[in-house]
Amino acid sequence: MAHGPATLADGWVKYASRWLFTTNHKDIGTLYLWFSFAMFILGGSFAMIIRAELFQPGMQLIKPEFFNQMTTMHGLVMVFGAIMPAFVGLANWLIPMMIGAPDMALPRMNNLSFWILPFAFAILVATLFMEGGGPNFGWTFYAPLSTTYAPDTVNYFIFGVHIMGASSIMGSINIIATIMNMRAPGMTYMKMPMFVWTWLITAFLLVAVMPVLAGAVTMMLMDINFGTSFFDAAGGGDPVLFQHIFWFFGHPEVYIIILPAFGVVSQIIPTFSRKPLFGYSSMVYATASIAFMSFIVWAHHMFTVGMPIAGELYFMYATMLIAVPTGVKVFNWITTMYKGSLTFETPMLFSIAFVILFTFGGFTGLMLSIAAADIQYHDTYFVVAHFHYVMVAGAVFSGTAAVYYWLPKWCGKMYNETMGKVQFWIAFIGFNITFMPQHFLGLAGMPRRYADYGLQFADWNMVSSIGAFMYGAAQILFLFNVVRTITHGKPVDKPEVWEGAEGLEWTVPTPAPYHTFEKPPQVK
Amino acid sequence: METSHRSLLAKLLALAVAMFLFAVFLLPPLYDLFCEITGIGGRTDGKYEAVVLTVDTSRQVEVQFVAANNAEMPWEFYPLEYRVMVHPGESRAVNFFARNTTSEDMIAQAIPNVLPNNAAAYFHKTACFCFANQPLGAGEQAELGLVFILDPDLPKSVNTVTLSYTLFDITDRSTVAVSQVQ
Repeated sequence: MAHGPATLADGWVKYASRWLFTTNHKDIGTLYLWFSFAMFILGGSFAMIIRAELFQPGMQLIKPEFFNQMTTMHGLVMVFGAIMPAFVGLANWLIPMMIGAPDMALPRMNNLSFWILPFAFAILVATLFMEGGGPNFGWTFYAPLSTTYAPDTVNYFIFGVHIMGASSIMGSINIIATIMNMRAPGMTYMKMPMFVWTWLITAFLLVAVMPVLAGAVTMMLMDINFGTSFFDAAGGGDPVLFQHIFWFFGHPEVYIIILPAFGVVSQIIPTFSRKPLFGYSSMVYATASIAFMSFIVWAHHMFTVGMPIAGELYFMYATMLIAVPTGVKVFNWITTMYKGSLTFETPMLFSIAFVILFTFGGFTGLMLSIAAADIQYHDTYFVVAHFHYVMVAGAVFSGTAAVYYWLPKWCGKMYNETMGKVQFWIAFIGFNITFMPQHFLGLAGMPRRYADYGLQFADWNMVSSIGAFMYGAAQILFLFNVVRTITHGKPVDKPEVWEGAEGLEWTVPTPAPYHTFEKPPQVK
Repeated sequence: METSHRSLLAKLLALAVAMFLFAVFLLPPLYDLFCEITGIGGRTDGKYEAVVLTVDTSRQVEVQFVAANNAEMPWEFYPLEYRVMVHPGESRAVNFFARNTTSEDMIAQAIPNVLPNNAAAYFHKTACFCFANQPLGAGEQAELGLVFILDPDLPKSVNTVTLSYTLFDITDRSTVAVSQVQ
């Protein structure tokens, strides 16, 4: 093979160089996906430590200081290490194949944006082994917890965030350039698959808000080391300013996580319903309006800081307004399924669970958006339950669905359907056992981020922990199923792996060759 | 690299840099300005140049004083008068007491805050110890003065104004020795 990739048979130096120096979008996609899975397992093991400690009231396994580091690192690793790189990996693999491009627009930057990520997380995770411990101020790293009262290792955290931010910005620029400049002839914007659309909008969000996050941590760095007072009241600064800047980044960030997930299910549900996506253009406009609105609702995370009533009302109504385009999407998915000839393969199961559980998480979000009620819900387990319904059942379920859906195209082998379904049901049931009771705990007043709790919360916490271990076990089965597919899976040779699958990626041979669409396809 | 990629790359990088500069250099001053205009957060203005205001003797407003120490600040710090009644437009002087209880020379900074929020913009300080920092040698004590005027335009609904000071230890961030400041 003249241009074929090096394999292990060529010797490990060549094999390692292939991955280190690769500019191939499929290789880089694979790297992103494996990296994100490793981070998912790491962040998951932090979650297991948290749930093991919370299994019973009182302190059993770890010290409260370490518990704080675990909640912080769980959040950071899952958001920045697992979910975001997973979707960037999917974008790398799929966007060129979906729009008929031979590769990403900026392949060398693509390599760089991946390979700085492991360093960012090595720096971040290494703090756990340093004197003073890792970051312990929660993933939202509110000042002054993260400035005046932070462990010295906070500087490592700041540099870690800078590097992962740079990685995200480069990745997004690459995605935008690919989509805007490299579509096959005839592939107009309104013919692009939904996954491509959602990623185009997400990438713009990333370019706009990751620099704001970088700005926030830079100001922290200055406050800690160079005597400025951005967030320090003693010098005339304001800690509330930190919260505004953080959530000005943070709210678009949650849509950055969920929009590609919307894109994934918008690809999968039509396939297994054997119908085209209902309301394609309304999906596009809904995605764009969600993205726009994400910039104007940030302070609904801060209803308890003492805002004037006009501010609370504005942020409350603006937040509720987001339910409208989101509702359009949910109804479109349901209508796509309506009267379709449905089959329930593993990706479809995960996608349907996504629609149901994400909607559930959306409703608890509406409850939280009510400013008056939020004052009670704020920083309780109700919030924890809410964002795990949208992050886990939203982003992680759709990521899992995506892997099952496109895995046969990537490696040319079929996964074990029974094992996939078993994994789905363990994950689905385990997830709900974990997070459903946390709504009750939160409404009963259990605050989040504490290593211990009152005796009245004991029973539901034990239930929640059992569910968490179940959900964790499902991920091991997932890893096993994927590895087994690659090594022992039943070969698939037809280009359209799934009966109802539409799109350019299903027109290339299976497994997808190392180089595809060297001559652009003609899109009618 | 194709030129179309290059110009798009330049635009997007410029957007990213602009957003960074926006966050670091524009958002904090904008936030300050916003708080100053609206009085949100109870911020008070800096030094007020006294102008002759007509004293509104028909109206009396209670002004309460609260003094608090930030965490780890060991000084004694309290107002000598906890509440005074003033007419809007009338200039009034009050004193706070501070004592450095430690055996170290220290520098403190008091940060004022006014409640209710809609009164903040009408609380004028013509002289205040909070305009500078407050150095005290080991075991020293001082009376810290404040002269204020309530603006006659103070909203009619406000009958009580609370001014609170939080005292911060800024010895470490200060580059000059206490003796020099004194």
